[in-house]
Amino acid sequence: MAKHETPLLDQLESGPWPSFVSDLKQEAKSRKDNKKGLDYQIPVDVCEDLLGVLELSFKHGRTHWKHGGIVGVFGYGGGVIGRYCDQPKMFPGVAHFHTMRVNQPAGKFYTTEYLRQLCDLWEFRGSGITNMHGSTGDIILLGTTTPQLEEIFWTLTHDMNQDLGGSGSNLRTPSDCVGEARCEWSCYDTQAICHALTVEYQDELHRPAFPYKFKFKFDGCPNCCVASIARADISFVGTWRDNIRIDQEAVKAYVGGEIPPNGGSHAGRDWGPFDIQKEVIGLCPTNCMWMEGKELKIEDRECTRCMHCINVMPRALRIGEDRGCSMLVGAKAPILDGAQMGSLLVPFIKVEEPYDEIKEVIESIWDYWMEEGKNRERLGELMKRQGFQRLLEMTNIKPVPQHVQEPRHNPYIFWKEDEVEGGFDRDVNEFRKHHLR
Amino acid sequence: MAFISSGYNPDKPMENRITDIGPKKYDEFYPPVIKNNKGKWLYHEILEPGVLVHVSETGDEVYSIRVGGARIMSVSHIREICDIADKHCDGHLRFTTRNNIEFMVDSKDKVEPLKKDLASRKFDGGSFKFPIGGTGAGVTNIVHTQGWIHCHTPATDASGPVKATMDVLFDDFQNMRLPAQLRVSLACCLNMCGAVHCSDIAILGYHRKPPMLDHEYLDKMCEIPLAIAACPTAAIKPAKVELADGTKVNSVSVNEPRCMFCGNCYTMCPAMPLADDVGDGIVIMAGGKVSNRITAPKFSKVVVAFLPNNAPRWPETTDCIKKIVEAYAAGANKYERVGEWAERIGWERFFEKCEIEFTHHLIDDFRDPAYYTWRHTTQFKF
Repeated sequence: MAKHETPLLDQLESGPWPSFVSDLKQEAKSRKDNKKGLDYQIPVDVCEDLLGVLELSFKHGRTHWKHGGIVGVFGYGGGVIGRYCDQPKMFPGVAHFHTMRVNQPAGKFYTTEYLRQLCDLWEFRGSGITNMHGSTGDIILLGTTTPQLEEIFWTLTHDMNQDLGGSGSNLRTPSDCVGEARCEWSCYDTQAICHALTVEYQDELHRPAFPYKFKFKFDGCPNCCVASIARADISFVGTWRDNIRIDQEAVKAYVGGEIPPNGGSHAGRDWGPFDIQKEVIGLCPTNCMWMEGKELKIEDRECTRCMHCINVMPRALRIGEDRGCSMLVGAKAPILDGAQMGSLLVPFIKVEEPYDEIKEVIESIWDYWMEEGKNRERLGELMKRQGFQRLLEMTNIKPVPQHVQEPRHNPYIFWKEDEVEGGFDRDVNEFRKHHLR
Repeated sequence: MAFISSGYNPDKPMENRITDIGPKKYDEFYPPVIKNNKGKWLYHEILEPGVLVHVSETGDEVYSIRVGGARIMSVSHIREICDIADKHCDGHLRFTTRNNIEFMVDSKDKVEPLKKDLASRKFDGGSFKFPIGGTGAGVTNIVHTQGWIHCHTPATDASGPVKATMDVLFDDFQNMRLPAQLRVSLACCLNMCGAVHCSDIAILGYHRKPPMLDHEYLDKMCEIPLAIAACPTAAIKPAKVELADGTKVNSVSVNEPRCMFCGNCYTMCPAMPLADDVGDGIVIMAGGKVSNRITAPKFSKVVVAFLPNNAPRWPETTDCIKKIVEAYAAGANKYERVGEWAERIGWERFFEKCEIEFTHHLIDDFRDPAYYTWRHTTQFKF
């Protein structure tokens, strides 16, 4: 017999997609049965109460969680989010239900040995409910009590060699795409730099000293599988500056219909025979491709590396060999002043250990933002408030046409005094000798 | 239950403390075929929905079976994932950015037994535990936020609408009939922890009533200047308020016509709750993308201003999404994303084809960028 009736949630158990309700019930039962005879460190009925409070929200159309208090582990200002239920008497098992963010490994590869260790810990000291993963990238452990926080942190750091992730006004846990580990399009080793910078900036990650949150995300190519360009304060998007490598034999095989286009991704419908003119050359945004007889030609200098032709013909076309990344800055979701896409700051930079050049850019951005940013002002908002020029100035980057979509629409240029011959200091009386009042 | 110590001594918190060690190093977790071929991959192919092969210049191949997962996962479920990975994949697996799980094997003969095993597992309620799919020109898993299960500011649930939507779009998770990939995302409030603002279809929780003011407690629970500063439209002002018993307290007043219901004040001040059973609901946005492929990344546009929180299955929301998906499937050219299709045919046609009513709410009136979304040409379609 379930502790709480959940007639609304029960309706989410049917249908083909994995039901989180069924999973929560499975965990509730597992805790109740306790076949391993564990001495659970938080209430045994935590999952039942979680189902109960969620059912109440489904009934009320409103959440039943309160603002977090200040909870955390000693010496860190992030990684734990306090959470309390607003009906603690009805649902004592989730009265205190704090989240812990566990910094995921770059690339999100795991061994079962590690995951089982984490499961054992979280079953014993927490609710047994997780998010794999949170939006930022962390492993999210959902729901434990305050006395367990230090204990969990101790086990993570001592027995699992594993640290917490970020929350609050600090560097949030960086994340990356699968990268070179299993993708032929990755222009740099996303995992290597994601891990290296996460380790390098542990202090910034754990101890909030920033005006607001700050995110790094690493996309190996302009397909942007981790959406860095839409949501990272600094997005690192892989690119190259030499030529697309062409295998003309494979081009012929695509044209001849021997290899399915786009890696077979359109197999669910009959789109007719592959037409290289229509599907590749005609869709190239810069019209920099053409056929000469049976050979595909690319004017690489005009290519903007959008990835379309490479996506369509992965066996014929490969990314160039002089690789690195573009750095775009200031992306964010709409709160508060509207959404912002990343703006190109560094068109090309090599991504090579120990990443000194990249760190220099990062740190000059942080110096600027920490000096000028207002409380809860994201980098993108500061850029809008003070202008892109100011960012170029503070990062010591030379303005180039690549920085803009198009030049400004108005001539209201904020000329600086030292840019204008003779400066701004003039004698009005001298002027009046030639121009009567 | 008796408290069991991990070894931590609360009297001496710094004793043997380990901090700032960061995450586990990624390469500890690579399966051998990944370790041996990293940076050497030549090409890939999707053999069938949910099954990819990557081929290396060494001649090695890795077969990845992608399955959907609810982002909320119990340890029992994760252990089952581990059992499968131990049985078929030598104890390795990975998760994707979109909450899918990828089981990798190093030869083709291991694919069928793995697929069969995955497809055979169901929850007691009848849903698949590990549906195979989410590749190519189809719908993959929905990235989403916490919603009513764990967040204090949501205007809708997350896991519920996601489950309901994925049930409706399930065929397209396991098929690749669409013109291009179609990314659906959900954020349960405007904070958009899920960054849904660049998705083909975004489901966004939104409040529609200004905050209630808990005058008696406001000054005790909040820093009034922070609450005032939190408002992006300067709708909040300090106010002296007389309570029913005659006592005067410091509080705030809200200029209600200026409120855009973002909830930022509530984030700063718990005495200003916005949540409401009929005020809250869902905004549907469409036409965004993050890829630089062919056209630049785009923001999603608001196409439906409000749909009710009709739990547990949000039928108005799933109907609307299904209509957009079907109109897109029927009308878009091969490789065209939802936003590219809408721009090619014109947004006036988009509303017609998706059978969505256009209302004044959909015309931008928020600050400077609004102007750039109005029509500045005589070119339009009747």
